Amino acid sequence: MNILVDHLLALQVVVPMLIAPVVILLAPRGLAWAASTMVSLLTFAVAIQIVQGVLTGGPMSYLLGSWPAPYGIELMVDAFSALLLLVVTGASAFALISGRESLDSQIDAGRQPLFYAAWLLALAGLSGIVVAADAFNIFVFMEISSLASYVLIAGGPDRRALPSVFKYLIMGTVGATFYLIGIGLIYMMTGTLNLVDMELRIHSVAEQRPILVAAGFITVGLALKAAIFPLHVWLPNAYTYAPHMVTAFLAACATKVSLYILLRFDFFVFQGNLVDHASQFAAYMMPLAILGILVGSAVAMFEKNIKRLLAFSSIAQIGYIMLGASFVTVTGLTAGIVHIFNHALAKGALFLAVAMFAMVAAGLRLDDLKGIARRMPWTFGAFVIAALSLIGIPGTAGFVSKWQLIGAAMELGTAGLPLVAVILISSLMAVVYVWRVVEVACFGEAVDEPGPPVSVPPLLVAVLWLIAAANIYFGLNPDLPLTLSGDAAAELLGHLP
Amino acid sequence: MEILGLYYYWVFAILLMIGLYAVIAKRNLVKKLIGLTLFQSAVFLLYITMGKVDEGTAPIFSVTGSNIFSNPLPQVLILTAIVVGISTTALGLGIVVRLKEEYGTIEEHEIQEIDER
Repeated sequence: MNILVDHLLALQVVVPMLIAPVVILLAPRGLAWAASTMVSLLTFAVAIQIVQGVLTGGPMSYLLGSWPAPYGIELMVDAFSALLLLVVTGASAFALISGRESLDSQIDAGRQPLFYAAWLLALAGLSGIVVAADAFNIFVFMEISSLASYVLIAGGPDRRALPSVFKYLIMGTVGATFYLIGIGLIYMMTGTLNLVDMELRIHSVAEQRPILVAAGFITVGLALKAAIFPLHVWLPNAYTYAPHMVTAFLAACATKVSLYILLRFDFFVFQGNLVDHASQFAAYMMPLAILGILVGSAVAMFEKNIKRLLAFSSIAQIGYIMLGASFVTVTGLTAGIVHIFNHALAKGALFLAVAMFAMVAAGLRLDDLKGIARRMPWTFGAFVIAALSLIGIPGTAGFVSKWQLIGAAMELGTAGLPLVAVILISSLMAVVYVWRVVEVACFGEAVDEPGPPVSVPPLLVAVLWLIAAANIYFGLNPDLPLTLSGDAAAELLGHLP
Repeated sequence: MEILGLYYYWVFAILLMIGLYAVIAKRNLVKKLIGLTLFQSAVFLLYITMGKVDEGTAPIFSVTGSNIFSNPLPQVLILTAIVVGISTTALGLGIVVRLKEEYGTIEEHEIQEIDER
């Protein structure tokens, strides 16, 4: 057993990556799904182990092939990565457990093994980004996860997925290549790719300009991948036309992982090394975050398709995370990071519920959902709980992060008051767009004859309620995500006085 | 003379901009992908350039030759990045084939018109 425990960090990535080619061979119906679900659950269990390890023993490090750190490749997990691992593996596990019926209806039986293999590769790539401590490994894992998620998004029956995935591929590749240029410039000046080593060596670089240019390339490239306003144009269509379960999986974790690298570079590597980095980061990111919050929420208020509505709400939520980060204080960063976790809980549950609506309703325009609450009362109940968490009603997880964010804004003094106003206004906008869904679902008269209450498989409803309950649980007991994100923020800003 | 001496970097920057221009301005999806490939190739050149050491040879131990070697690490990195680039291009072309099957065209604005109809 001890041997396995020592290798947890590597197993997290290696297991899904090795099982992916095996899954392709599992042609009999359901077997590919079963294998991928088992792997996802296994990685989730490993992630829980790692979180416990980090909470008790601090950051964990793993040397691949036992080569010492700056020369060999290092895997490292601290509080920030542990939190993200939990989000990534959890999103994959829960989407797969509840996803079988939905995916069966959207993916041809013959292509299913290939589809699940791509899913596992996406999982391996996303976990790989989070555990890697080496800038180039992060690039490779980023491309593995991106290529796999292009396949996943294009896998559905809706042909409009194809133009949107092409746009995503172009913008994603440009973003990744920008990141690669940034890494190259840093390597030129420091001769290292290990993030810890890089941070130390940039201190002694005499000429700062290449580092500054590298910071620009890396920030813009990752902002493209993370869909930070105004670089979000690929996101709404990609989320809308992807298979429903893929949307649930990717919406919960894909953009967050890009945000993770962005924050890690900008704070861990550049913060202590570049002159005026804090004020420059705030000057660029804060207006974009505020615009993203307001524009995303405003567009969501007028969207007619429920998946597009939730996708634009995601853009606003990414704005919240960046707003917290742009304060460049420990409390602000804590609020941003804890919102990564809480938003994944809320959005994951919402998209799962949408996938179940899609099994019953004719389509996913709001008009198609008329009277859905009467036909699927349990599913809709969970949807409402998750939506309350998205708005930030006290007692839900969303409230915890918004409260932290408001607290962090108040620390800025009078300058923080307009920011608090922005947060409150966009929360009211969230009330509006959630209410539009609730209104048609509860009070809309169905055009066709409303059938008897449809029975969605009980397992699906149980999983959905489990996640909805987690939204309330982490609203009342936010210790775990708050501890992890507090530690993460302190580590990221360790160089500040 | 200094500007001319850095001509490798000028080649990198110009190729990068040509590629980015094609990605943004061309409406034909295959031309967009050609631009993307050019864009990525420019970055490969950047890495290869930075690994070059004056008078350096291939980093293989030799008894007779000089002891100045080029840095092999960027070359290894770029080998990986080339593989990534090929996969991206292949997947992109695959999507273009599917688009042609579904929409009957590979012009971006025509696909947009069909979707809006």
